[in-house]
Amino acid sequence: MVEHFLNLAVKAIFVENMALAFFLGMCSFLAVSRKVETAVGLGSAVIFVLGITVPMNNIIYNYALKEGALAWVSPNLAQYDLSFLGFLTYIGTIAAMVQIVEMVLDRYAPGLYGALGVFLPLIAVNCAILGASLFMVERDYTLAESAVYGIGSGIGWALAIVGLAAIRERLRYHNIPPALRGLGITFIITGLMAIGFMAFAGVQL
Amino acid sequence: MSNKAREALVDPLFNDNPIALQVLGICSALAVTTRMDTSLVMSIAVICVLTLSNLFVSLLRDGIPTNIRIIVQLTIIASLVIVTDQILKAYVFDIWKQLSVFVGLIITNCIIMGRAEAYAMQNPPGMSIIDGIGNGLGYAIILMITAFLREFFGSGSVFGKQVMPLVTEGGWYNPNGLMVMSPSAFFIIGFLIWALRVWKTDQIEED
Repeated sequence: MVEHFLNLAVKAIFVENMALAFFLGMCSFLAVSRKVETAVGLGSAVIFVLGITVPMNNIIYNYALKEGALAWVSPNLAQYDLSFLGFLTYIGTIAAMVQIVEMVLDRYAPGLYGALGVFLPLIAVNCAILGASLFMVERDYTLAESAVYGIGSGIGWALAIVGLAAIRERLRYHNIPPALRGLGITFIITGLMAIGFMAFAGVQL
Repeated sequence: MSNKAREALVDPLFNDNPIALQVLGICSALAVTTRMDTSLVMSIAVICVLTLSNLFVSLLRDGIPTNIRIIVQLTIIASLVIVTDQILKAYVFDIWKQLSVFVGLIITNCIIMGRAEAYAMQNPPGMSIIDGIGNGLGYAIILMITAFLREFFGSGSVFGKQVMPLVTEGGWYNPNGLMVMSPSAFFIIGFLIWALRVWKTDQIEED
């Protein structure tokens, strides 16, 4: 059992890396990777929010949206399939969770709140968060699996953005053609990193 | 068409391209571009959702309280995406299957949120529609160029039609395997940005 979860986590972190294998959360991935410090901040915020929202959406999907999921309320409702409302509910949950996390952190952990700063609200529209929930539904994970998957894919994303930020910090000392500076070279580096991560695809689990 | 309207429509194509300059909506641009037909469907879906969401956000702009505007915008966008998803599922099921989660991810496609926030919240509905179409087309151009290069060199075909006969089928073209794989999208968009900025030098970043 432990082995199964370990497999799932390794798969989520390396083989199916959110940023470098599925290209999710690319907007903030490219925009907030100028400095390692901010990248670490955003990365930890993403781990945090993914770890909460994926299991949360799993519960909602299994007890409210899936075909026949409403049977626990009354047998008459078992015929309804509300899964087409998925997108709206998931994004609602994510936006609400981000808001709640923000308020709780502000009240009980002001240090962490200050460190995450502006990144928390930004996360609501990070596609990696919604993407993880959609993959969770597509692959039919259980509650425990989805918690592992959420945290794992968060760690994978954080790893990728910190790596990219470190490379970009060093790039400042290199002589890049003017037109390629900034966004252009970042794309090419990300491509090279993605090739590196493709090596993990050969890992047999 | 007035001058201002033309600007709103044409500017996002090259001068202020959502992908190449505003860094918006990149996730889907990379993931769906292995084939031209999927990217065409994706572009059309994004143009429709973007235009309509700009229209509705702009119509409601005076009634939306600022502190809950993100949730209101997300609700509008998510409802439009659900409709798009159902339509695609009904009429082009094969392509819908291939796009998998990426139709849903139009919700968090930053182009749509970004334009709602940056343009539709301040401008009247008519102009917002034009802005939506313009930015959608700017996104579509990059998507189609990338998809063309990837499909042409990766499998020797255009829109699924074999243009260059493959070695495996007795032809002469040896397909470039890298083009089918995801990292090539990064390289192609990186080089596109490079080319665009050599042409439009005012877009160069002073990093």
